[in-house]
Amino acid sequence: MNKTKVGKTILSIFFAVLSICWILPVLVVLLNSFKANTFVKTDTFAWPTEEMFVKLANYIKGFTFGNYPFLKSVSYSFLITVLGTFLILLCTSMAAWYIIRVDSVFCRVCYYLFVFSMVVPFQMVMFPLAKVADSLKLNTPWTIPIVYLGFGAGMATFMLAGFVKTLPLEIEEAAEIDGCGPIRTFFVVVLPMLKPTLISVAILEIMWIWNDYLLPYLVLDRTKYMTIPIHIQYLQGSYGQVDLGAIMALIVLSIIPVIAFYLICQKYIIKGVAAGAVKG
Amino acid sequence: MAKNKKSHGSGTNSNMMRNSIKKCCILFLIPTLASFIIGFVYPFCQGVYLSLCKFTTTSDAEFIGFENYVKAFHDASFVHAFWYTALFAVVSVVLINVIAFFIAYALTLGIKGSNLFRTAFFMPNLIGGIVLGYIWSMIFNGILSKYNTSILMETKYGFWGLIILMCWQQIGYMMIIYIAGLQAISEDMLEAARIDGAGSMQTLFRVIIPNVMSSVTVCLFLSLTNGFKLFDQNLALTGGQPFVFKEGGTIVKTTEMLALNIYNTFYGQNANARGTAQAKAVLFFILVAGISLIQLRVTRRKEVQQ
Repeated sequence: MNKTKVGKTILSIFFAVLSICWILPVLVVLLNSFKANTFVKTDTFAWPTEEMFVKLANYIKGFTFGNYPFLKSVSYSFLITVLGTFLILLCTSMAAWYIIRVDSVFCRVCYYLFVFSMVVPFQMVMFPLAKVADSLKLNTPWTIPIVYLGFGAGMATFMLAGFVKTLPLEIEEAAEIDGCGPIRTFFVVVLPMLKPTLISVAILEIMWIWNDYLLPYLVLDRTKYMTIPIHIQYLQGSYGQVDLGAIMALIVLSIIPVIAFYLICQKYIIKGVAAGAVKG
Repeated sequence: MAKNKKSHGSGTNSNMMRNSIKKCCILFLIPTLASFIIGFVYPFCQGVYLSLCKFTTTSDAEFIGFENYVKAFHDASFVHAFWYTALFAVVSVVLINVIAFFIAYALTLGIKGSNLFRTAFFMPNLIGGIVLGYIWSMIFNGILSKYNTSILMETKYGFWGLIILMCWQQIGYMMIIYIAGLQAISEDMLEAARIDGAGSMQTLFRVIIPNVMSSVTVCLFLSLTNGFKLFDQNLALTGGQPFVFKEGGTIVKTTEMLALNIYNTFYGQNANARGTAQAKAVLFFILVAGISLIQLRVTRRKEVQQ
């Protein structure tokens, strides 16, 4: 008995050390965001001395770096993520319910097309998709959510349809007898029951859209709109003299909302990942 | 999954309901379907057609048959990217899954602070690929600059760097799936093993691992497809460097993976190579879809056995 207790304590200490190592890279970024550019490369792991320490200069510089205000990228990222996730949840839950309840040949064809789209890598469609999106004026942050709905419909519909299948039909029939039309039945009766899966899907979509680089890079009109990943890639890629200190500051700023989101929604995120994996 | 509910649609009520839902097709199905056609079906079909064409933009396509595919197979950089990606995928799958499984196993033993450790391990998943790439390129260069070199100087640095990056990111994700699988094993079964006198090693290999095989399959294929589809991290960490110049003017980017190779062929200097790029993309799709199909087969078979 005592032996297992000692073993567990040792294991606990081992994992405590390992966990700290795991978040160390992020802490190193934080540390370097306070150093002057030249020292980021030469003294990456050193505690900033007086000579290296630049206070908040990197952050101030980062905001206006590269002729494009960083806050603009942040707000576009927010806008696209929120709109895209909302649109996907609303439209695919309706579509999933329709497909399962109507269950016609056409619905089955749609369903299998959705499933098929899940195995297609983005590179397969990226060139034609960018052209189509351009010609339909889907190249702004307000319209790009439609592209996300189109390309992301497969997984969301698949997960939601799987859940609709398990819902008892009797409840909807009762609503129907009580005089509810299909629209009211869906929004008042079905949608609240879908909540657990909706949360899982929302988490997966948020993680995807917020971090997505290639789709917005190819679809958005880059002279006017950038998202955070595009902004960071642009700063790193297109400047001969890269200011690493400023980039570290921007990385810190872009990670903060993610970490906050993670700590607040941790329970749902972990559930969503487990649910998505079992079904996807 | 598919077999748990048979169709309910035999009662009169359901038929009535189905017809009334059907009338709302425009509201329920059309928004998703229209976007899906714009965002997937049409680009996919056009992509297949374009792979058989010579084109620089979608409007000047000229049908040429399978020439693009022949060119793709003869492209040294594409062949290199394929083998590089395959090697990367295999190494990362093994490392990620072995480590993730043992972390998950240890964290379900009921040690103190398990939840906190789980939080820490999963955290890198929320950071996007581009940002991850730059975080690690700074760290690797910080180490390698002590030896007067950098991650862009040697293929092996780029390879192992990307492996470390992917392990850091994916282990937490796979760990969550393994934990879910481990927690689904009933206490009774473990109790029975204990009463029968099984040691902890025996319990692990004879009882626990066979019972989480479905999680293992999911994780194996998830990490395998993730490895093959990797793009952002590859672009941000090395961008394909270092380059090797072959005879005849072809450049092989030694740390370039398939997705990045396709991207570079599309949007590189030579706009005439776009047909080849689309053909590569179709081949890439067949490869990734093939892996997913095998996965479906394997999981189906497991379900029957249970």
